[in-house]
Amino acid sequence: MAHESTYRPGTAFERWIDRRMPILRLAHDSFVDFPTPKNLNYWWTFGGILALCLVIQIITGVILAMHYTPEASLAFDSVEHIMRDVNYGWLMRYVHSNGASMFFIAVYIHMFRGLYYGSYKEPREMLWILGVIIFLLMIATAFMGYVLPWGQMSFWGATVITNILAAIPLVGESVQQLLWGGPSVANPTLNRFFSLHYLLPFAIFGVVILHIWALHIPGNNNPTGVPVKDVKKDTVPFHPYYTVKDSFAVVVFLVLFAVFVFYYPNALGHPDNYIVANPLSTPAHIVPEWYFLPFYAILRAITFNFFFIPAKLGGVIAMFGSIFVLFLLPWLDTSRVRSMRYRPAAQLWFAIFVVVCLWLGYLGSQPAEGIYVVQAQIATAYYFAFFLIILPLLGVLEKPRPMPKSISESVLKAAEPPGGIPQPSPAE
Amino acid sequence: MSASDSHEGAEPTRRDFIHIMTATVAGVGAVGTIVPMVDQMNPDASVRALSTKEVDLSGIERGQAIKVMWQGKPVFVRHRTEEEIRDAEAVQLSALKDDLARNANLASKAEATDADRVTAADGKARPEWLVLVGVCTHLGCIPLGTAQGEVRGDFNGWFCPCHGSHYDLAGRVRKGPAPENLQVPPYQFVSDTTIRIG
Amino acid sequence: MRKTFALIAAIALAEPAFAEGAEKLHPKEEHWSFDGPFGKYDRDALQRGYQVYRQVCASCHGMDQLSFRNLGQKSGPFHLERCPEGFTDNIDCSNPNENPIVKKIASEFQVQDGPDDTGDMFDRPGIPADRFKKPYPNEPMARLANNGALPPDLSLIIKARGNGANYAYSLLTGFAPAPDTVALASGQYYNPYFAGDMSQLLKPEYRDEDGKPREGVEVPPGGVLAMAPPLSEGIVDYADPATPETVDQYAKDVVQFLAWAAEPKMEQRKKLGFMTVAYLLILSGLLYWSYRSIWSKVEH
Repeated sequence: MAHESTYRPGTAFERWIDRRMPILRLAHDSFVDFPTPKNLNYWWTFGGILALCLVIQIITGVILAMHYTPEASLAFDSVEHIMRDVNYGWLMRYVHSNGASMFFIAVYIHMFRGLYYGSYKEPREMLWILGVIIFLLMIATAFMGYVLPWGQMSFWGATVITNILAAIPLVGESVQQLLWGGPSVANPTLNRFFSLHYLLPFAIFGVVILHIWALHIPGNNNPTGVPVKDVKKDTVPFHPYYTVKDSFAVVVFLVLFAVFVFYYPNALGHPDNYIVANPLSTPAHIVPEWYFLPFYAILRAITFNFFFIPAKLGGVIAMFGSIFVLFLLPWLDTSRVRSMRYRPAAQLWFAIFVVVCLWLGYLGSQPAEGIYVVQAQIATAYYFAFFLIILPLLGVLEKPRPMPKSISESVLKAAEPPGGIPQPSPAE
Repeated sequence: MSASDSHEGAEPTRRDFIHIMTATVAGVGAVGTIVPMVDQMNPDASVRALSTKEVDLSGIERGQAIKVMWQGKPVFVRHRTEEEIRDAEAVQLSALKDDLARNANLASKAEATDADRVTAADGKARPEWLVLVGVCTHLGCIPLGTAQGEVRGDFNGWFCPCHGSHYDLAGRVRKGPAPENLQVPPYQFVSDTTIRIG
Repeated sequence: MRKTFALIAAIALAEPAFAEGAEKLHPKEEHWSFDGPFGKYDRDALQRGYQVYRQVCASCHGMDQLSFRNLGQKSGPFHLERCPEGFTDNIDCSNPNENPIVKKIASEFQVQDGPDDTGDMFDRPGIPADRFKKPYPNEPMARLANNGALPPDLSLIIKARGNGANYAYSLLTGFAPAPDTVALASGQYYNPYFAGDMSQLLKPEYRDEDGKPREGVEVPPGGVLAMAPPLSEGIVDYADPATPETVDQYAKDVVQFLAWAAEPKMEQRKKLGFMTVAYLLILSGLLYWSYRSIWSKVEH
């Protein structure tokens, strides 16, 4: 957490910098000597993994942009040129496309961790809100990025999603035409998506810095949800304890990443995107990339008019609402207990929530027909109920388990041999 | 006292060895990652495919010259007559503005004798065939003199219309502001009637 | 409570009933030499496959992403590690642009170039740097020559279809005479592996008043293509007498070639993958050792 700086510049160079722009001090206080709870489990490694994902996407993205041409009649061929002719172009492309998937796998785990351990609760509301903003920026970036290869799914996915803008009353059609730069998705759309796709990751980078800043004021949460009471007993310095642990987790993550890139590079994509975009031919089933499927399911679940709100607009509101409800989470959850480790009832509803999210993902990949529609409606209802009904009620009605008094106590209890532990000696 | 003070002593222990080895192996990986990121900026396969140009000489009559494009630049290929060869060979080095061969197939200090101007990559001089990069060494215009009927200048070779440089029948600059002889590109005979430039 | 859960579970596990006969047969599962983490292209099959493409398919199907030089690159059909006898030292046959086989193949095509100094376009023999020749100059002409249908480009066809290699192989070997229950127009060819809706083509006597299939009438799986079965026994002369000249062999060979064409870097990719995953596993082991060593002194 925010603490008195312990940095002592060692060399003359360090003193020179420290006097003029104490960036080495900042780095030391944030990432070397930062007191971090000693009981963090592997769910806490995903923040570091995400930072690496961002760097990987930016580096491979800038490299791809050296060879890619954002013009409708040339884009698809330029991607094939990268795959076939550019030295290691195939590698840059596959790392970037699979990197986007890995980025979303990591961010979903990171968010579920936050939900389970109450990392969004006071005093970390700002941290959580910045995180949701990062998530929104990621969604926009990934959506535009997928359009760039100008395959069938690129074009038709862009068409379907931008078409929903027309559902917005009054301004919808004008906004749509403004976004398209014409009467439909075409070359002007592609060009501006390329520009914005290059821009937004740097916005993400900026918000990530704010996110880490907001984290470092209260310091990390931990699996018990109990705050740090004694820095010496409850925490360890971030380096080397968590730099090395996070490095290990990162490398394991890279193994999974490498298996996709080198052995199943197209498993998470759609074959139709290897067909060049054809505005005159609609694919049989238009599906977004897997990480958007739950939202796609929610969008299509609203098939009925709600008072004066037509179904199409209702779907748009539900889809964006499913993310906006996350902003309200710190105030919706009424529990005085932070971590669900000590909230057995909440654990059950949370488990159902995770299953519902996965189920929504599956439903997004299927045609919106028959019983799938009812299933999507039930799942969407639970999704919103979890945030708007279950969490508020749980905090009032639940019987939490007794919590440890401190982190060090919970750690000692875990390591306790039978018969208790001998009292620690007073001197340190 | 900071939390990080309770650390190992001054001497490297067996435990330190683990960390040093891990850091080294990680460093190797980091370097390995950099290699493709830099190599992707090197010329790609489609550019490399156009880095050489094969020219069929069988259609070029004696006394004729053609112009081909190679790596974005014009290249003159002249099939010289016996008279043209004799005239070029007769020129003394001391009469030249630039006495260096400027031949990519030879060392940089090779002299601008006619033989050194018609030497291909295999080191053999073939006086009938003159291969030159058709870019004036003054400011980069394309000299005239290749096609039938074009002005060839005072030395019967090439004439640059931009600022009046004159090149002789071995492509050597004789008059005008150009500082160097026309470059001879790297080329080789892949058969008796075909050269590969580049 | 239990009843509600049971109802939700029943709905959750249900699947919608789709229109009958909209399904096609699942592709036959072949084992390909390029399958698996250590898969490689079969060089001989690639060469034969190129021959099949060139002699059977190329009259209608372009491969716009391919240049002749691709045929000579590493893991390609005509790659040469070193020059055969009789070549001078200054020729590097491993360079696809200098590969004599590739140069010969390219030179057999006339390629448009120009404009020349008088402003005219002209034809010249192909060189390795040139793209494969297009069968038609543009889409309208392609459709005109094929009953309104556009023969798709084959450069990426294996990646553009789910389970592409098996699908293409099944399609090419799967053409069958149409069952008696359906009536095809001229220019339509039935294939049970092709996506389509055969119920639309049932003869009137097999349909009820609403146009739906009658009770007990089975709708054949698959659909109809505008392409007649392209392969037949003996249609391509293979140089090696030991290789059978059957539809099955032709299909396998051309699929091998098309798989390579869609992903020419596959061998390099898998090779680098092996080294990368091995390296990462070693590094993760070392890091885990480091991690345990650092944390051994702390209770956690």
